[in-house]
Amino acid sequence: MKKKEVPQDPSSLNNFTKEVCYAVDETGKYTTDLSTGWSVKSSALNVAWEDIENRILQAKTKVLNGEASPILFYMEQKLMDITILSAYTGFFKWTIKRHLKPNVFNKLSDKKLKLYAEIFDITIDQLKNIRFNES
Amino acid sequence: MKVDFKHIQAAHCENGVTTNLLKHIGVNQITEPLAFGIGSGLFYIYIPLLKINNGPAIAFRTMPGLVFKRTCRALDIPVVRKKFSSKENAKIFLDQKIAEGQPVGCQVGVYYLPYFPKEYRFHFNAHNVIVYGKENDNYLISDPVMETVTTLNDYELERVRFAKGALAPRGQIYFPKENTIVTEDQIRKAIKSGINRNVGAMLRIPGNIAGVDGIKYTADKIKKWKTKLGLDTARLYLAQLVRMQEEIGTGGGGFRFIYAAFLQESHPYIPNDKLLEISQLFTKSGDTWRNSAVQAAGIYKGRLSAQSDFDDMSDYLYQIAEIEREAFKALSKIKW
Repeated sequence: MKKKEVPQDPSSLNNFTKEVCYAVDETGKYTTDLSTGWSVKSSALNVAWEDIENRILQAKTKVLNGEASPILFYMEQKLMDITILSAYTGFFKWTIKRHLKPNVFNKLSDKKLKLYAEIFDITIDQLKNIRFNES
Repeated sequence: MKVDFKHIQAAHCENGVTTNLLKHIGVNQITEPLAFGIGSGLFYIYIPLLKINNGPAIAFRTMPGLVFKRTCRALDIPVVRKKFSSKENAKIFLDQKIAEGQPVGCQVGVYYLPYFPKEYRFHFNAHNVIVYGKENDNYLISDPVMETVTTLNDYELERVRFAKGALAPRGQIYFPKENTIVTEDQIRKAIKSGINRNVGAMLRIPGNIAGVDGIKYTADKIKKWKTKLGLDTARLYLAQLVRMQEEIGTGGGGFRFIYAAFLQESHPYIPNDKLLEISQLFTKSGDTWRNSAVQAAGIYKGRLSAQSDFDDMSDYLYQIAEIEREAFKALSKIKW
């Protein structure tokens, strides 16, 4: 990459940082330059986020239809899967799968709910009485 | 407590931490490309079956932690590295080191990293920062991908040091044990061994998923993505490939340029003009990675969708595999 080709596109990096890029100058020598971002990368990131929003939406529908507990919604919202959630909670994966069922979730102790709430950065109330227009 | 510490921004977090920590102990010659090359940082692997963020698991560099470890070992610098099962002990040890005036490298997860913008906060646990002091309740943080230094409070730092999931940091902390002067001769030796090890990693690892073969393997896979996964998932997979390649703190195409810079910087130590010629091959490889990313973007943005577009994408990777094979073969033939 030539120094003048270092991309300077607007991206979510703006107001956060610029990236160091290695590029060659006119004499063919490597030097560094700062880049504000590259549209090819930003759109790859957008595709990833579209997918995440889709998964959150699907989880929301399931919770509203009573097919899954709010844990599913928050899990997707926090970009987790059952493996990651299991690592954070210390629960087995199959235990979490049970907690995803509304009737099991409704009987969970406050201690377990608190653990989930802390990991999701929400209150127990937000976990128990999920209100979607706020989130 | 504040250590006199100089923050230098880097293209990649672990290179940056390694460079900054070594500069701090008096290894003045070290630069990001030298650290990356001596640590044999260039790599490629496509791990089949494993999924990351619901997409393919692809890496463009060696395992996290290796660049620091190998660079220090090659320069005969003893290293302290510790993991903790208890959060309390992790904090006590960190506080003690800072009180002694020792800046330390910490492996952290980015998901709960408050100064990162939301768009970049995934459950990725192999980020590296330096903690170089504490003021009141705030730890002073030098994050190599940031332009300036920043801070984290007790809770925030503990949370990212004990992030969970794949590659969980478990409070990992590391630093070079003592101040040292490194001679030109040591650097010369380290460059040679770093290059040789990297040749091995890219050309001689058995199996077809790692090194140059891994790039070909990915090219074979991409051809089949559209029919096998459907267009939507294939788009997601390509976006993931590009994100692994170019995302902040990850590099990819960028790593090829750093390696090219490394070979240039090696030339004053080992005045063999072959190094400069081969450096140009890595520039060509990096440029081709970038072109492939543009092609992939055409597909994941929805502008391109035909099978022939996937074939073109795949061809870019075949080209890259050939360029990198040629480059590493040439490196392996250098008579030191």
